[in-house]
Amino acid sequence: MLEAINISKEFPGVKALNQVNFKFYPAKVNAILGENGAGKSTLLKILTGVYTHYDGEIQLNGETVSFSNIKEAQNAGIAIIHQELNLIPELSVTENLFLGREIKTSFGLLDSSKMEAEAKRIFEKIQLNVSPKTLVQQLKVGEQQLVEIAKALLCNADVILMDEPTSALSDKEIDNLHRIIYELKAEGKTIVYISHKMDELFKIAENYTVLRDGNSIDAGEMKNTTEQELIRKMVGRDVLIEKKNTENQFENTILKVENLNLIHPSNKKRKLLHDISFELKKGEILGIFGLMGAGRTELLETIFGMHPSNSEYNLEIDGKSTFHKKPKDAIGNRLAFVTEDRKTEGLVLGMDISSNISLTNLPTFGLLNPSKDKASSKDYIEKLRIKTPSEMQLCQNLSGGNQQKVVLAKWLATNPQILMMDEPTRGIDINAKNEIYNLIKELATNQMSIILVSSEIPEILALSDRILVMAEGKIKASYLAAEANEDKLLKSALPE
Amino acid sequence: MNITLNHPLVKKSQSLIALFLLCLFISLLSDKFMTSTNLWNVLRQISVNVCISVGMTLVVLMAGIDLSVGSVLGLTAAICAGLLKSGLSFESMDLFVGFTVLGAILAAILIGMALGLFNGWVITKFSIPPFVATLAMLTIARGLTMLYTEGIPISNLGPEFEFIGSGWILGIPVPVWISLFMVLIVVFLTKKTTFGRYIYAIGGNEKAAFLSGISINKIKLAVYGIAGMMAAVGGVLVTSRLNSAQPNAGMSYELDSIAAVVIGGTSLSGGVGTVAGTVIGAIIIGVLNNGLVLLDVSPFWQQVVKGIVILLAVIIDKMNQKNK
Repeated sequence: MLEAINISKEFPGVKALNQVNFKFYPAKVNAILGENGAGKSTLLKILTGVYTHYDGEIQLNGETVSFSNIKEAQNAGIAIIHQELNLIPELSVTENLFLGREIKTSFGLLDSSKMEAEAKRIFEKIQLNVSPKTLVQQLKVGEQQLVEIAKALLCNADVILMDEPTSALSDKEIDNLHRIIYELKAEGKTIVYISHKMDELFKIAENYTVLRDGNSIDAGEMKNTTEQELIRKMVGRDVLIEKKNTENQFENTILKVENLNLIHPSNKKRKLLHDISFELKKGEILGIFGLMGAGRTELLETIFGMHPSNSEYNLEIDGKSTFHKKPKDAIGNRLAFVTEDRKTEGLVLGMDISSNISLTNLPTFGLLNPSKDKASSKDYIEKLRIKTPSEMQLCQNLSGGNQQKVVLAKWLATNPQILMMDEPTRGIDINAKNEIYNLIKELATNQMSIILVSSEIPEILALSDRILVMAEGKIKASYLAAEANEDKLLKSALPE
Repeated sequence: MNITLNHPLVKKSQSLIALFLLCLFISLLSDKFMTSTNLWNVLRQISVNVCISVGMTLVVLMAGIDLSVGSVLGLTAAICAGLLKSGLSFESMDLFVGFTVLGAILAAILIGMALGLFNGWVITKFSIPPFVATLAMLTIARGLTMLYTEGIPISNLGPEFEFIGSGWILGIPVPVWISLFMVLIVVFLTKKTTFGRYIYAIGGNEKAAFLSGISINKIKLAVYGIAGMMAAVGGVLVTSRLNSAQPNAGMSYELDSIAAVVIGGTSLSGGVGTVAGTVIGAIIIGVLNNGLVLLDVSPFWQQVVKGIVILLAVIIDKMNQKNK
């Protein structure tokens, strides 16, 4: 049995896990449920030795364990199958399978034939019909998933953690995976299973643990609960941010998107976005909700001109038809895009605040005007209450919330008419969150039009005048603020 | 004030301190080092590498690399000398164009720029890694140099041209003036223009820069163009100093130039560094070369020592970053 006692994990400014307790039983499928940000991935990372510093205790079969790296967790019999597969496409399935624990001959050379024989044996067990020499890149996603499972079996794991294993699988592949899970269960393995698909959980899981905002909310047996009850436990909050209930009327259309399609960059047959059409009015806050992989980020990116060669769409801004070949074109149409990842996309971390804020606002060739840039940065530092000793502070020395405010300032400095924000409050503390919420409301009052992408339902409900729900690259539902609630949003967002 | 090795002032002027210690060390072992003849001589020698290296600094700040500068130097040197000596003649049109010293130099610089722009074009248009694109140019330009010169030096280019490499103005060697001018131009570009700001931004985070609406490709083209121009300036200096263009001029100069950039504290992963640092780096290499010769160290050992210095510089730099 794998048991956690009062596990807490803190990041600067955020408490990711707070006194979490759970018990995962052998020969059972133990489901972990929770919204994005509930603490599931932090938990997995602790269990697999990625995060080594935490409070509390983990017990495996009654003994306290603590892993200082991934290898130690594996040796203790805990394996994980990630949502994003961790295989090396250019190597063969056998090479991937034995990566880091190769079988060697007595001369210390690789014993390919032995490894291939072993691979074959495991593949037969899980009914994976590929030659051990096949390159991973030639496999379908479902087959790659099976290779990951084979990897877990190979190191004789007793506990197998599966993070959304079916999110990219076809029905047939899902059935096969479920069959394998039954067999593993019969062998007495502990399966820990994370999925957003409720019907799937009711089909295969015996036990559940619900996490919300880093707390363990409830645990029990699946047969004693219902889908409704689980959803309520996942989303229910003690402190509800007040929902927006104004019946604002918006008249002038500022942005009109029609038939937007986006093709997968490497797999031309796959579409990431299907026929998306919507309108944004002047002064309106349009929320876009969806689970991970629903295509929300890709939608904003496409509108911002980041996928010109893979996308097609009709776009009207302020009544004028346009196409964005690069972000510069979008900025020219007074669009701004606060990207999801402030570290890799939003900021040049090694540069100071002032330089970052002025980055969007300078000609390609021209003279710098440091005093003007500094003055404008000072204004934003004051207005957005960015906590920093001066505008010359390097962005890498700021906290997450303050970095996010610099990203916002950088885009506000372009004086946009449409502001798109992708998870603007991810990973920042509650105070900074509230400040950003107030800012968004104020901007909208001043007639800026805002698209807000978020996977936090309360955030969407608190800010949006209208809400689109996306799943699997499509718009699944549209609600006015008054008619939306947590249940409806989550239900529309679950894949079919 | 309590000064330790970790004090920011010490860190900032680390390479200056290293240079000072190096000079001190050499002058203790050789009394020829601290003479004005020798010091001017060292500076004159360094000026070629300084020109190339300030261009290279821009490239490296952008997280790129330019391996072709040595060959571009060789080709532009040969063309400069060739034009000066025999001009351009178009026999079919019965046309002969002679070149003044200034004309030949400008032609060389323009060709250097064109070669650099070609590098930039390949890198941006086909998304080829700079290492590969400029490696190809390294070979191409050297081959063209051999074709143009037929492997024979072009010599006797006249006293007017020789003045550039060997003359003095106001008691300072002309090459030192020229390299100082180049340094000032590039310092101005990096400190005072949006172009310089964007170079740092691209090196620091290319994706964020792109999303901010920066024309990444234009900036890259311009930077590689400048690197080519600077190599050509170096070519003119070398040629006039020797009063002769050697077919193998500039061979492996790219290595000294990258070394100067790295010793000067510019990060090869881009975004961090200064032109001033590179100048100090170039001086350190120059002084080291000179000192090893004065101390009668065999040329083979010189290479070993130079390599160790480069390693030390980078290791110290890495340790500093970790201490942050």
